[in-house]
Amino acid sequence: MVELTVKSLREKLDKKEVSARELTQAYLDRIESVDKKVESYITVTPEAALSAADKAQEKINAGEASSLCGIPLAIKDNICTEGVKTTCASRMLENFVPPYNATVMDKLENEGIVMLGKTSMDEFAMGGSTQTSAFAKTKNPYDLTRVPGGSSGGSAAAVGADLCAAALGSDTGGSIRQPAAFCGVTGIKPTYGRVSRYGLVAFASSLDQIGPVARSAEDCGIILNAISGYDFHDGTSSRLPVDDYTSKIGMSMKGVKIAVVSEFFAEGVDENVRKSVLAAVDTYKAMGAEIIEASMPSLKYAIAAYYLIASAEASSNLSRYDGIKFGHRADVGGSYNDLIVASRSEGFGDEVKRRILLGNYALSSGYYDAYYGKAMGLKQKIREEYADIFTKCDLIITPTAPSVAYGINENISDPKKMYQADFCTVTVNIASLPALSTTCGYDENGMPIGMSIVGKMWDETTIIGAADAFEKQFDRIGASL
Amino acid sequence: MSVSDYIPVIGLEIHSELLTNSKVFCTCSAEFGGEKNTRCCPVCSGMPGTLPIINQRAVEYAIKAGYALGCEINKFSVWDRKNYFYPDLPKAYQISELNLPICLAGAVPIEYEENGEKKSKTIRINHIHLEEDAGKLIHDDLNGVSLCDYNRCGVPLVEIVTEPDMRSPEEARTLVETIALLLQYAGVSDCKMEEGSIRADVNVSLMRKDATEFGTRAEIKNVNSLKSIYRTIEYEIKRQAQILDRGGEVIQETRRFDANKGETKAMRSKEDAHDYKYFPDPDIKQVNLRDEDLERIKASLPEMPKQRLAKYMGFGIPEKEAKVIVNTKKISDLFEECLTHYNNPKSLVNFINGEIMRRINLGEIDIDKPSFTAADVAKLVEMSDTDKVTKNDAKEIFREMAEKGGDPEAIAKANGMLIVSDTGRVLEVIEQVIANNEKAVNQYKSGDVKVFGFLMGQCSKELRGAATPKVIKEELEKKLRSL
Repeated sequence: MVELTVKSLREKLDKKEVSARELTQAYLDRIESVDKKVESYITVTPEAALSAADKAQEKINAGEASSLCGIPLAIKDNICTEGVKTTCASRMLENFVPPYNATVMDKLENEGIVMLGKTSMDEFAMGGSTQTSAFAKTKNPYDLTRVPGGSSGGSAAAVGADLCAAALGSDTGGSIRQPAAFCGVTGIKPTYGRVSRYGLVAFASSLDQIGPVARSAEDCGIILNAISGYDFHDGTSSRLPVDDYTSKIGMSMKGVKIAVVSEFFAEGVDENVRKSVLAAVDTYKAMGAEIIEASMPSLKYAIAAYYLIASAEASSNLSRYDGIKFGHRADVGGSYNDLIVASRSEGFGDEVKRRILLGNYALSSGYYDAYYGKAMGLKQKIREEYADIFTKCDLIITPTAPSVAYGINENISDPKKMYQADFCTVTVNIASLPALSTTCGYDENGMPIGMSIVGKMWDETTIIGAADAFEKQFDRIGASL
Repeated sequence: MSVSDYIPVIGLEIHSELLTNSKVFCTCSAEFGGEKNTRCCPVCSGMPGTLPIINQRAVEYAIKAGYALGCEINKFSVWDRKNYFYPDLPKAYQISELNLPICLAGAVPIEYEENGEKKSKTIRINHIHLEEDAGKLIHDDLNGVSLCDYNRCGVPLVEIVTEPDMRSPEEARTLVETIALLLQYAGVSDCKMEEGSIRADVNVSLMRKDATEFGTRAEIKNVNSLKSIYRTIEYEIKRQAQILDRGGEVIQETRRFDANKGETKAMRSKEDAHDYKYFPDPDIKQVNLRDEDLERIKASLPEMPKQRLAKYMGFGIPEKEAKVIVNTKKISDLFEECLTHYNNPKSLVNFINGEIMRRINLGEIDIDKPSFTAADVAKLVEMSDTDKVTKNDAKEIFREMAEKGGDPEAIAKANGMLIVSDTGRVLEVIEQVIANNEKAVNQYKSGDVKVFGFLMGQCSKELRGAATPKVIKEELEKKLRSL
C-alpha cells in the first residue's frame, strides 16, 4: 500500500478500504524500520500525524474530502512548519521552531494532509547530494552507497523508499529535479511565482521555488493544484489564474512539438544517460510528437551565471543568521562583531561558508560589474534564447543530470566538479521556467536515469500531460529495501 | 587666516519617517512608542522564510514628499539591499533604493535673515529615496548588556539628499526647517525631532575664497535637532579652518556630534568605510507608476505653505502676520478650521497671533494636543467681536480653555462675564434710574450734561455687565432726549 500513488490512495481512502490512521501508521512503521538505512527524515512527527489522520478521517466520513485529504506527505526541512522544528539541515537552525506556517503548509493543512515529518537536505539547500546536511546524510534508496541527489534528497529518497506518499521539495538550480532523477521518482519545479515562497527559508530569492516530488506526473499535478496561486505575503507570486494541472492527463502527443537542444547532450553527459533520454525522445516521436533541433549557445556560461547570482543572493539572505535573535549563538564575550563572527563560524558548514564568501566577493565594490553585473547580463541572454526556442516548440527535453547517482564520497571534495554537474538544470531557474523530471531508464546497475521536460512559462499543464503520456508506457522499477 | 577666509560648503541628507499607519514591508503599526517589541512580527524582525510586502501608501507618501520639494518623480524605481551587520538590523540588510530612487532632482527655496538682512536662495535636491528604518539598541551599562527594540524596524523613511548648495549654518538650519514644514503640509511626516522622525547627516567642507574646487568633506552622522545641526556645522567650520590654517589636510571621514560637549568626533575613516554590497532586492518587484497614478497623487496633495500665505494675504492680513500663521502647520490648520466657524480672518489672526501664540511660547499650550477646539476658539473671538464679552474677559476665558478646554459661553456665564444685550432689560433699568434721580435728570435737561456720567454709572451698576457701555450710553441718550 505504501508504494501506491496519491491518486490510488485517494480511491482506497474514499472507498474506506483503508482508514487515514491505518495508512499513516503504515508509513510511520516503515519509517521506523527503513529510515535508519535511508536517513531521509530529520524530524518525524508521529503524534501530530496520527491526530491529523483522525481529523482527515472525519472529513472523509462526512464526504468532504478533497484530493489530498488524509494523504501522508513529507515536507522538506526548509519549509516553515508552525510549532515543528525547521532546521534547513544546519546547526545554525538546529532548534528553530517557527511561530508561523509557510503559505504552502497552510494550504496543505486546509486540504487535510497528514504531515509525517521534515526531510533532510543539503544545508540551506546548497548542494546536490544531501551530504552537507548537518543531521541526516540521506542515502539513495536504489543503492545505499550512493547519494540521493540534492538538495531535496530527503524528499526524493522518502518518496523513492516509500516512506511517504509524496513530498514537497524546493528547487533553486535543480534541487527537486536532480534528486527526483537520482531516486527514480517524478518532481516538478513550477514557474517562478506560481507557488508562494512565503515561509520557504530563502537560499536565492530570484530562483527558489517550492514544488512536489511524487511517484507520478499526475500526482505532481494533484499536489500542484493544491499549493499554487497568488499569495498576499509573497510579492513575487503571480496573480494569473491557477490551471487544473491534471487537465491534460491522457492527452495525445500528436503534433506536440518537442525540441532537442544539442548543447544539453554534448560532452560531459554520460553515454548511458544520453542514450536513454534520446530513446525517450524517440518514444514521443512514435506517439506522434514532432521533434525539432535547437541550440542554446549561452549554456556554456550558465553555471558561472547561476553560481554568481545564487551565491550573491544567498550571501545577503543568510546574513540574518547572526546569533542575535534566533539560531545558534556562540558562547563568547566581547563585541557584537565577535559574537556575530563566532556564531556564524560555528553555525554554518563549509559549503554554506564557501557560497557566502563567493557571493560577497561577487557583490563587492569594484567587482560587482565584473561578476554580478555580468551574470545578470547572461540571465537576460539565457531568457532570450529560451524565448526564441519556444517560438518553435511546446516542450524541450534534456537530461536531468549528466550521470546517474554517484557514490557517497565521490565528487564531494571537488566543488567545481559538483557545480558543473548542475548544468542541465540551472538554466530553467535562471529563465523562471517550469520543468519536470521523470525516470526514462535504468543503467546497467539498475540506477534510475532522469529526463527533464521543460515548458513555457505557466504551462505546467502540458508538461504534466506529456510526462504522464511517457510514464504510462514506461515500466517503473521501484527500489527494493 | 581665519574662518572668514574660507567658504563653507554644506550638503545634507535628511531622514524623515513617514506617517503611514503601517510599516513599509509588513502590516505592523508604524506608530511611535508602544511597549518594547510589541509592534513587530516575523516579517519586520527578519525571521527565516518571511518576505517583505510593499506598502503602497508609503510609496504614495514618498511621491508626495517629492512633489512638495519640487522633485521630478521616477516612474520606474528599484529596491536594493544595503547589506551590513548590526544588531538593530534584523535581516542584516536594509531595503533601500540606490540607483533608481523614487524622486529625482528638485529645488527648495529658503528665506532667512542674516545680520538683519533678508536673504533668499534655492537649494537643489539631488534625489529622495524610500527605505526602512532600523530598530533601536538600549545599552544597559549596569548589567553590561545591550537590548534590542524592533518597534521602529521597518517604519518607512524618506532620505532627502541635497546638493552641496548651502554656505552657512543658518542656511542649513533654514533648509531643514523649510523641508520639515513642507513635509508636514504634504501630510507625509510630522517631523518631530524629539521622536527621531526627522534627522540629518551633515556634510561639511571648506574651500578658500579663491579656490575653484570643493575641499575634502567630513560627514557628521545622525544629527537630530535644528540646534545641533547649526552647532555641528559651526564646530566643523572652526575645526577644519584650524587644520587648513596649520597647512594640514582635512581627512575624509565619518564623524559624530556630541551635543553635550558641542564637538564632533571621528567615527571611521574612508578606508574603513562599509562596503554595503548593494544589489537589487529579488523579493520585491520594481515600482512601475502610471501617469494617472502620479496625477491622482499630485491632485491629492493638500494646500502647501505658499498657497496658504497667498490666500491669507488675500484676506488683507499683513505678510508678517500671515507668515507667523503659516510657519506652524498646526496653527495654520487651527486658523483654517476657525474660519469655517467664524469667517473673520483679521480678527482670528489677531487673537491667534496674540493670545494663542503667547501661551504656546510660554509653554502653556501643547499645540499637538490642545485642550480646546477650533470651534470654541472661533466662538470666543466672535463673542468678543460682538461685545458679548469684553476684550479683557476674552483673554481670561481663553486662559481657562487653554488649561482644561470648555465652551467659552459657559465659562463666561459661570464667571459673570457674559454681556446679555437685552434691550428690554436696559430700558427697564434706564426707566428706573430716571425715576429715582429726578434731580439729576432735570439738571441734564437744563443743559448740565456733566451729570450724564453719573446717570451712566447708576445704569451700569444696576446692569452689572449685562450690556456694553456703548449700548447703555446710546439707550440712555435716546431716553433723555425724548423726555
